[in-house]
Amino acid sequence: MQQNRDTEKDLQLGELDVMCVNESGLEHKWQHNIKYLIIGILFGIVFVKSEVISWFRIQEMFRLQSFHMYGIIGSAVITGMISIFLIKKFNIKTIYGEPIKIAPKTFNKGQIYGGLIFGFGWAITGACPGPLFAQIGTGATVITVTLLSAIAGTWVYGALREKLPH
Amino acid sequence: MLEFLKQPWAWYVAGPLIGLTVPALLIIGNKSFGISSSLRHICASCMPAGIPFFKYNWKKEAWNLIFVLGILLGGAIAITILSNPAPIEINPKLATELAGYGITDYSNLVPAEIMNWKSLFTLKGFLLMVLGGFLVGFGTRYAGGCTSGHAIMGLSNLQLPSLIATICFMIGGFIMANLILPYILSL
Repeated sequence: MQQNRDTEKDLQLGELDVMCVNESGLEHKWQHNIKYLIIGILFGIVFVKSEVISWFRIQEMFRLQSFHMYGIIGSAVITGMISIFLIKKFNIKTIYGEPIKIAPKTFNKGQIYGGLIFGFGWAITGACPGPLFAQIGTGATVITVTLLSAIAGTWVYGALREKLPH
Repeated sequence: MLEFLKQPWAWYVAGPLIGLTVPALLIIGNKSFGISSSLRHICASCMPAGIPFFKYNWKKEAWNLIFVLGILLGGAIAITILSNPAPIEINPKLATELAGYGITDYSNLVPAEIMNWKSLFTLKGFLLMVLGGFLVGFGTRYAGGCTSGHAIMGLSNLQLPSLIATICFMIGGFIMANLILPYILSL
């Protein structure tokens, strides 16, 4: 019962926050996390090799000077859409046999205000949060400052949250 | 094979690979793809300061921190063993514009002339790296997600709020890149 209530609380949290809900009720040893490390590594390699994390590619995107980024985001979304459609249609389970659950997102005005603010930051830094980590990995050590500043931004949002329109 | 992998990867290779992260994370552990929440978990683990937004069991979300650590390592691996020595090729119009701001070095993924430790202490560098980063962290959490959580995961799951967020990301980016960033770069 307690477990259920916790999950429900997490889901509510996640609704506001969109994705940080651990839907799995299973407990695993830390070694199980290695799979996420491997997916992360592969993902980071794709980021670098496709130049998604290049400041220049982001500038091209926002000036409509290249199709590259639109092609990547568009084909990623289509691949994701087909995947989720198939998961739902065939009721595919996780490797641990759990049914797959995805928290729905509810609309609030934060998606507009926050979305615009993130858009400003994206065009300045040429990076969304994922690419910041990958850029540091490629040796751009100064980007740790950008990342720390992004963490500070998240913290300030958390502190001001009650006062902001949602 | 290695030579082949060293070339820049086309969008139709990279895009589907990025999209496959969505089912991969769901199937290996019922995790919804999203990266910006890692920033929240870092706040929750290092400096919760009694703020309700950071009071939750972040250890349950440790997978997300390990995932972003993987992204960092992936960046390091790609640049050491799969690196392409040729500079990035960009639209000549952009190259002309950037040359006007003194940006001509295309050997790195970030523009080395404006994003380095020395320029960090200039107004331009401060705005680009410190203010820019702050807006990324504040905005993504306010919006409840970033390009991964909203644009890719949310749109894949046909969520209207994610479409609204993604449209706003793009509007913000267009305004900044075309109307405001030129002033910052001219500093």
